[in-house]
Amino acid sequence: MIEIIFTTTDGSQTKVSADGGTLMEAAKNNNISGIDGDCGGVCSCATCHIYIDESNADNVNPATDMEKDMLEFDELTTPESRLSCQIPITDKMNGLKVKIARS
Amino acid sequence: MIKTCVIVGASHAGVNCAFALRNYGWSGKIILLDAAPHLPYAKPPLSKTFLTDQCEPAEIKNKSAYAQQDIDLRLGSRVLEIDSDNHTVFLEDASLILFDFLVLATGAKAVIPPIEGVHSSHVYYLRTLSDALKIKKATINNEKDKFLIIGAGYVGLEIAASLRKLQKSVVIVEREERILSRVTSEITSSYFYDLHTKNGVKIFCDKEVIRISKNAKQSLVLCADGTIFHADSIIVGVGAIPQTHLAEQAGLDIDKGILIDQNCRTSNPKIFAIGDCTRFKHPLYKDFIRIESIQNAVDQAKIAAANITGNNVVYDSLPWFWSDQYEVKLQMAGLPVDYDNLIMRKKSDEEVSIWYLKNDQIIAVDAINNPRAYMLGMKLIKSKSQVEPKKIKDIETPLSATSFLKEV
Repeated sequence: MIEIIFTTTDGSQTKVSADGGTLMEAAKNNNISGIDGDCGGVCSCATCHIYIDESNADNVNPATDMEKDMLEFDELTTPESRLSCQIPITDKMNGLKVKIARS
Repeated sequence: MIKTCVIVGASHAGVNCAFALRNYGWSGKIILLDAAPHLPYAKPPLSKTFLTDQCEPAEIKNKSAYAQQDIDLRLGSRVLEIDSDNHTVFLEDASLILFDFLVLATGAKAVIPPIEGVHSSHVYYLRTLSDALKIKKATINNEKDKFLIIGAGYVGLEIAASLRKLQKSVVIVEREERILSRVTSEITSSYFYDLHTKNGVKIFCDKEVIRISKNAKQSLVLCADGTIFHADSIIVGVGAIPQTHLAEQAGLDIDKGILIDQNCRTSNPKIFAIGDCTRFKHPLYKDFIRIESIQNAVDQAKIAAANITGNNVVYDSLPWFWSDQYEVKLQMAGLPVDYDNLIMRKKSDEEVSIWYLKNDQIIAVDAINNPRAYMLGMKLIKSKSQVEPKKIKDIETPLSATSFLKEV
């Protein structure tokens, strides 16, 4: 099991275990507030916006053009922004800290 | 005294409402009922990857998520009747549940058109997982690879794209003069007509099917103008009607859907309704509307949960939709109704956006393989900015937050 630590917009932290799937699915299955993933993970809705800090960026797959396009006009987008439905959970991500964007 | 919220219907609306109640701090019981036996599954993939790929249905939440949030999910549990005066739900197994609040998330069911022979065994619909499983089974038989789809709405077109991916022969028969006529503009219709034609689908418009019959080998589909089509399997996708019978019987106000106010409350203050089954006045539109979409289901679910837990929150979300067909992603923001100007912005055959304007404000956008246009469109619709139509049309104008704006 891989452990992921989600920090919601109110600052509270939840440690979640997952053995596959995407960060969005892990968040949804654990009712992490602020991750909706309404489109089911097909990069169509941008309701699973998260931040992954630079120190962890190497452990996460890079964003595709489509994902970048979906984030470009969002006022909450920073260089750390990602859509969590586009990030498959891998062994390298054990202990990963993920911050939820305001929705 | 512990309070109870009962939710009838465990698809996108009902499931999201249950979880949203916990997020809003509801500490009472949550009983989530559904007549179907399957763990609640995502509906959008049913017409797409579920048909084409070797995969299990995608769950909305995994099984343990319900227990973790203390949500009493009762599958295979059909509601027979609601006593709205005595706040009681009667189930098929003769049990009853008393509720403090009730949420109706009963969805919509496939329209069965008045076509002779429409109830035959080789005629399929697509609303539920069991419908999708039947279609999937029909695609596995390699000797029967001629499909005919009645109705060219988004679901019908998505199924057509999936069947082509499986190398099936596909004919679409549409009653109206163009495909997608009820839901989008001629420009978007014609884009998808070309896309499907290019991919080998044969589309016939202005054809009203009146009879389906069967000979030894195949089905015969007869149209009002005398045309006859042959097919092995027939899929009917001519829209859906809201499931309102429980609400009607409970004495709630109904008018082509369960009527709700801006808080998702029905005519009974203890009963809410959400998702495909509802009809309501949306602050952005002048007529009452009913929206069949994930966005509407999920957002209304949250509004109902907020109001049940004592917050006064109004439903005013901008509608959005998407459709995946072949390699094309269509994303739509806003409803294309009541517009006075329609602009196509075309970078290439693959990257197109269609902008719907009223009084020089963008009210909707259809973005084809163009997520930036979709996201910018959302932003501009919400800001109600005054825009310059010719700048939108000019492909040299970059897509940026200010590039379409009228100079003042």
